Amino acid sequence: MLKRKDLTIPFYMDPWFWVKLMVFIIFLLFLVWPFSSIIVNAFKSSKVDGFTMANFEKFFKKKYYYGALKNSVSVSVVPSLFAIVLGVPMAYLMTRYNVWGKKIWHVLAILSLMSPPFLGAYAWIMMFGRAGSVTTFLKQYGIAIPTIYGFGGISTVLTLKLYPYIYMYTSGAMESIDSSLEECAENLGSGKLRRFFTVTMPVVTPSITAGALVVFMSALADFGTPMLLGGQDFRTLPVLIYNEYLSEIGGNGNLASAISIIIVIITLVMLLVQKTYVGRRNYIMSALRPPKEIEVHGFKRFLVTLPVFLISFVSFLPQIVVCASSFQHTNYSSFTGGFTLENYQNLGSRLWSTMRNTFVYSLTAMVFIVIIGILMSYVIVRKKGKTGGLLDMLLMAPYVIPGSVLGLCYIVTFNVKPLVLTGTAAIIIISYVIRKLPYTVRSASAFLMQMDPSVEEASINLGVAPMKTFWKVTARLMLPGVFSGAILSWVTCINELSCSIMLSSGKNNTLTIEAYTNIVRNSVGSGAALSAILTITSAVILIICLKISKGKIRV
Amino acid sequence: MSNAVIINNAVKKYGDFIALKGVSLNIKEGEFFTLLGPSGCGKTTLLRMIAGFNSIEGGEFYFGDKLINAVPAHKRDIGMVFQNYAIFPHLTVEENVAYGLKARHVPKAEIAPRVAEALELVQIAHLAKRKPNELSGGQQQRVALARAFVIEPSVLLMDEPLSNLDAKLRVQMRTVIKKLQRKLGITTIYVTHDQEEALAISDRIAVMKDGVIMQCGTPTEIYAKPQNPFVAGFIGVSNFLDCEVSGGGVVNIKDELKVTVPVQSDYTGPAKLSARPEQLFFAKEGMPGTVQFSTFLGDFIEYEVQLNDGQNLIVNEYTKDTTERHEAGEKVFLNFDPTRISVYRADTEEVITC
Repeated sequence: MLKRKDLTIPFYMDPWFWVKLMVFIIFLLFLVWPFSSIIVNAFKSSKVDGFTMANFEKFFKKKYYYGALKNSVSVSVVPSLFAIVLGVPMAYLMTRYNVWGKKIWHVLAILSLMSPPFLGAYAWIMMFGRAGSVTTFLKQYGIAIPTIYGFGGISTVLTLKLYPYIYMYTSGAMESIDSSLEECAENLGSGKLRRFFTVTMPVVTPSITAGALVVFMSALADFGTPMLLGGQDFRTLPVLIYNEYLSEIGGNGNLASAISIIIVIITLVMLLVQKTYVGRRNYIMSALRPPKEIEVHGFKRFLVTLPVFLISFVSFLPQIVVCASSFQHTNYSSFTGGFTLENYQNLGSRLWSTMRNTFVYSLTAMVFIVIIGILMSYVIVRKKGKTGGLLDMLLMAPYVIPGSVLGLCYIVTFNVKPLVLTGTAAIIIISYVIRKLPYTVRSASAFLMQMDPSVEEASINLGVAPMKTFWKVTARLMLPGVFSGAILSWVTCINELSCSIMLSSGKNNTLTIEAYTNIVRNSVGSGAALSAILTITSAVILIICLKISKGKIRV
Repeated sequence: MSNAVIINNAVKKYGDFIALKGVSLNIKEGEFFTLLGPSGCGKTTLLRMIAGFNSIEGGEFYFGDKLINAVPAHKRDIGMVFQNYAIFPHLTVEENVAYGLKARHVPKAEIAPRVAEALELVQIAHLAKRKPNELSGGQQQRVALARAFVIEPSVLLMDEPLSNLDAKLRVQMRTVIKKLQRKLGITTIYVTHDQEEALAISDRIAVMKDGVIMQCGTPTEIYAKPQNPFVAGFIGVSNFLDCEVSGGGVVNIKDELKVTVPVQSDYTGPAKLSARPEQLFFAKEGMPGTVQFSTFLGDFIEYEVQLNDGQNLIVNEYTKDTTERHEAGEKVFLNFDPTRISVYRADTEEVITC
């Protein structure tokens, strides 16, 4: 009689079993467990024993709290809509016409998307704030401009920062429409405009809404912008979480936990709505004949270039303004003009410690992100089935859970035994890994999907064990995809603020945290200098990445 | 150890779907064995189970007398040629072929001459330093072939290796493969959906449908004596005629022709007769019909003949056997040699002729 072990290979012989186990343990430890603890925390109160709804009652009774909910929703919905208004036409013009300087606008769009989270707000304050350069200039002529503090300003800044999501998602879809589809509509007697609304738009709609969802989630989670532009009267939920957490020092962050749950529920609802109503109608196409670029000349070419130029230039303007002002004299709290390097000189040794922190943390995180990212994308793409699907879902978590919420999760969970990590560099690195992993996994997965699985099988077949084959062949061939994703992960790590600011104990400050802290303290000179260093660092990395990956970047 | 491949009752399940319903095969050492069938019949599934890339839900797989069910793919010592070649894109031709030898820790001094010899055998020695993206489809196929046999595997598996090549190259490469296999004497299992390719290349063929082996035999057996209407229709072209079998092998076709065929069962009742186009011929008596259409194809003429009940039959007449040509509208009689056709029961589709 044959024994079972002779007939089947036991599961523990499969190295991928151990990989899956390891990835699950990481996610359980640093995502599921911390998030569960704030759910529990949200239903507790220092005043009552056992579970209570008190925190939620407090939230929905006081205008101070539920007003922030309303504010948060409005500064997420409005930028999503305006981002569509900017992003879709830009995508259309960029994919269909021979726009002048196409590559430059594309790069500018990516740069503004990847800029430090507070930079837009900061630059706008410099220009249009109470003591802003444009404001004071216009005041001489008696012209008053509307305030940029509050709803209008936050919406504008977020729209200009986040519209590239829509632009990139939509242009991706527009490039994949087979031109025969539009030719067919034309052939059937549809005019150009009619064709756009009846054929082109429906086909790209799923991509637009997917982009809008990302804009919505990013705007909802944004911490830097409303913190600078919101002032005392206009608070959003992430700001509230941060303030509550600060004021509850020594407490358990019960109310902050409750607010966190509310913000995550909003994102989840939006995600589900998008998935059920639009995600279903996804027209997957592979363009055999991608649409041709229309050649226009002279004035017409100027006309198609102008909107693209205006959009990308205005959204890039903050980076120019901040870099330029970093060379101006200051009287501590405002710029006084002229050219100087003193802002940089004044940074002194503090600069080097924050630089060191920034690079040590982000590069350490990168090592983990690349290794886990390669393995995870392989499990998701090649080992479909339940675990792959579950991992894919866990990967959405960083999109759904705002940085400030994850920060709170970690503080609540890792402040007490068994695992005390608060105040260490490790916890910042871990938060980077969990939050920025998706960029690398998505990019690597997309690359892996194009790869022929039989190449790996050939290697195994020739006698190289599966795990060795993976590192020797698969990972080697995946490198270009991993690389472009990893660079994005890296740049976003460097610019990370909302989570690390809650986890940093001052001595662990990164460039971003340091720049932000200086700006809040109204130390404008150091703030501008640090922001400029940050902006230029990110830009250089991104441009190198774009050069190497030939402009193909996924956000 | 003998390099025969024995499969007992192999079962493959994908959830509730059963892809292989208990397949048994006995492939002899040095044999060129082909799994043939339409897409979705389970032929590639079975091949991948032998290679170790698919899990085995039931049955035993032996190489010689060694049970390999629990042997992981990389330890099975099998050469495999993939449908899309699966050449390592980052390695040169030489490095591709040397890959398996290195994995087997063959001494360095031995690798170079063996690689050179393998490349020589598939006639691409001059391409040794090239990268795969500089090769044509046919050349890539030769690299894949060399890479698979250079490790001197106990079994060579080929998964539709010619399906990505153009028609002319396909015929050329199939001769290359056949000659190479003869020369090296490796037990080879070949998967294809192309019946002509299977007939040309194989020592034996297993025709598969819906996870079951419909017939297993030499190309001649399968072509001349198909065991069921599926094989008769899948291999070559067959005309099917409804008929009635009475005792002693007397077959009545539509009350228009009565013949006696050699039978192996005493079944009586409704049946189905299959005859190849070249087995039908024009005669003085037989089934009356009208020529509908004729196509001159050089070595033979293909006729479409309509019987009185409206059914159309294909009849091939070799040009060397005749000088006259039947025109459309002409009344003819069709007949055949009763010892060469096959008759199947209408209900079970089992063959009753021998």
